Amino acid sequence: MKRAITIATGVATAALFATSAYAGTLQEVQKRGTLSCGVSTGLPGFSELDSHGNMTGLDADVCRAVAAAVLGDASKVSFKPLTAKERFTALSSGEIDMLSRNTTWTLTRDTSLGLNFTGVSYYDGQGFMVKKDLGVNSAKDLDGATVCLQAGTTTELNVSDYFREHGMKYTLVAVETSSASRSAFDSGRCDVLTTDRSQLAALRTKMADPSSVVVLPEIISKEPLGPVVRQGDDQWFNIVKWTLYALINAEEMGVTSATEDAAKTDNNPGIKRLVGTEGDMGTKLGLSADWAYNAIKQVGNYSEVFERNVGVNTPVGLARGQNALWTDGGLQYAPPVR
Amino acid sequence: MSQTDHTDQAQSASAKTVIWNDPTFRSIVSQVLAAGVLVWFFYTIFSNTLSNMERQGITTGFAFWNSTAGYGILMSLIDYDSTDTYGRTFFVGLLNTVLISVLGIFFATIIGFIVGVARLSKNWPIAKIATVYVETLRNIPLLLQILFWYNAVLRTLPHPRDSLTLGESIFLNSRGLYLPSPVPGLGFGFVSSAFYLAVVVVFIMVRWANKRQEETGQQFPSFWASVGLLIAFPGVVFLIMGAPMTLDYPALKGFNFQGGIGIIPELLALLWALTFYTATFIAEIVRAGILGVSHGQTEAAHALGLRNGPTLRLVVIPQAMRIIIPPLTSQYLNLAKNSSLATAIGYPDLVAVFMGTTLNQTGQAVEIVGITMAVYLVMSLAISGLMNWFNKRMALSER
Repeated sequence: MKRAITIATGVATAALFATSAYAGTLQEVQKRGTLSCGVSTGLPGFSELDSHGNMTGLDADVCRAVAAAVLGDASKVSFKPLTAKERFTALSSGEIDMLSRNTTWTLTRDTSLGLNFTGVSYYDGQGFMVKKDLGVNSAKDLDGATVCLQAGTTTELNVSDYFREHGMKYTLVAVETSSASRSAFDSGRCDVLTTDRSQLAALRTKMADPSSVVVLPEIISKEPLGPVVRQGDDQWFNIVKWTLYALINAEEMGVTSATEDAAKTDNNPGIKRLVGTEGDMGTKLGLSADWAYNAIKQVGNYSEVFERNVGVNTPVGLARGQNALWTDGGLQYAPPVR
Repeated sequence: MSQTDHTDQAQSASAKTVIWNDPTFRSIVSQVLAAGVLVWFFYTIFSNTLSNMERQGITTGFAFWNSTAGYGILMSLIDYDSTDTYGRTFFVGLLNTVLISVLGIFFATIIGFIVGVARLSKNWPIAKIATVYVETLRNIPLLLQILFWYNAVLRTLPHPRDSLTLGESIFLNSRGLYLPSPVPGLGFGFVSSAFYLAVVVVFIMVRWANKRQEETGQQFPSFWASVGLLIAFPGVVFLIMGAPMTLDYPALKGFNFQGGIGIIPELLALLWALTFYTATFIAEIVRAGILGVSHGQTEAAHALGLRNGPTLRLVVIPQAMRIIIPPLTSQYLNLAKNSSLATAIGYPDLVAVFMGTTLNQTGQAVEIVGITMAVYLVMSLAISGLMNWFNKRMALSER
């Protein structure tokens, strides 16, 4: 009931004071001096507190890039950890300015929640993880299995579709957070843990014995994950969208946080426009000319963000795969900054 | 009384005074005004909410009720699969909430009464054990207790393959408790008819015994006679019919146990925690109720020659009930509302299923939170109404 009251209060606040909350997010963020960004309650590689109490991860760095572009300082982010169930209410009530919390872009969410997805920061797909000693090699052998997952996510619908399509039965254990689903799986409450494959890799690092589990080869869904903003504030929507594109464009142009100062004097007009020495890209967004420069300088380009948080040299250990640039055969493609 | 006097005076005075000095008129006007302001207030909130949500592009209305839910639920008392509607998820959640509330109230009452009486026992270890139990469990937050029973106790149980078992028919493992389920065979109808017949006979017998006692003072051992009838009569018919019942034993097939009755660990943990937590409060209420009956009543009963048992049963408890029932109602209400903590461990109650997943998949927070709150309100009012009726029946009938 306490939770009901919390959500109800949030909803009521959203409904009553929406006018002040959904227009002029940029001005509000600038006035406040910090960006309020919704992240997960703890998912290694995407948004998790490190041992020093700093929020780290790919999703967290997207927040930082937006803060750098808008406020000129990537550290001016106040992170709000949210469960899957709380996230959309927190955004539409104006408690957060943007949501960067491994959230799948779907038609229903885009149309019925009063929210807009600004792009894709990570292309993902849902997978299954089982204990090795179960002796299962394919998701098609999972008839009758007990499946653990996080409540309030698209994975709940995908897993139901998949088992129905293949005429298999399953028992569903839906828990509140992704770490709770991991511990339920770890302690043997269920046979299978299912979520996005990037999350499986991340949760695996937290298992008692990571080598005792195996991820099955099947990918049962498309999960494009990206930042979300409120509908009805096009300027803010553009800022978040183009900040993400700036990071991807920077990678494509070979601009990194280290080489960016040198890039300022580069002869390539595209790079000049990106780092703000030519054109008025910042003004068009309502930002300063060095918006993208700040984001790339302080956070890094997409490749740097990826490799630092979830890349092959991190505990999560994900290859670029479909998140490689389009020029490398991947799906990451940003419209030009011009 | 003073109210009517006042009105009478007002009415006699009203003939001479102008209308706005008339107290009756004034009170009606002020009440109409207050009601009007209240209606206006809620209407403003309502219309403001709707228009703001529309401006934000949030879908409103109850169209979602009949669309396909598309997700599975761990436990359901009615037939449910992922092709059913969101409306059905509401009933699945509601029934699970009702189940846990009813079971919790039942067990908490029994344990609470036993512990409450035990705390007053003259037997030192029994009284002390009851005291320690009450003082420990009622002072630990309920959520912690639920998480403790779920994680620390139930989760440490073995994998289905290495289940703890009692005679290869009852199994306990990390997936829950599995019991054999009775399957009625041919002719079992006679056994259940015999049971219903026994219930009717018991009813008549108790009425007869009460009447006889009131007329002649002679007592009849109704309790033991009833128990005997209820067990023996259907039992004899059962044997005559050749034991027409088989047991469906749970068996490990594939990943999990199939067959029999499976009770999920989430239900066990939640029931356990709710029961033992609420029972501590009920025990204290019972103790207070018994101590609230003056000792003179016990002495008077002893003087009339009643032994300890009948004194407690016939003299003390009926009087104590009048003190016990009102606070007991509050505890029942607390238990029913506390059952919403189920969401912490994934028991699929109304809050977890309907206000959780359904809300999240449809995004219609205002409607769903509203419905859920209304359900808890109705449930609480129903419990409270029932207990008030019971309280009236138990109240001192003044002769």
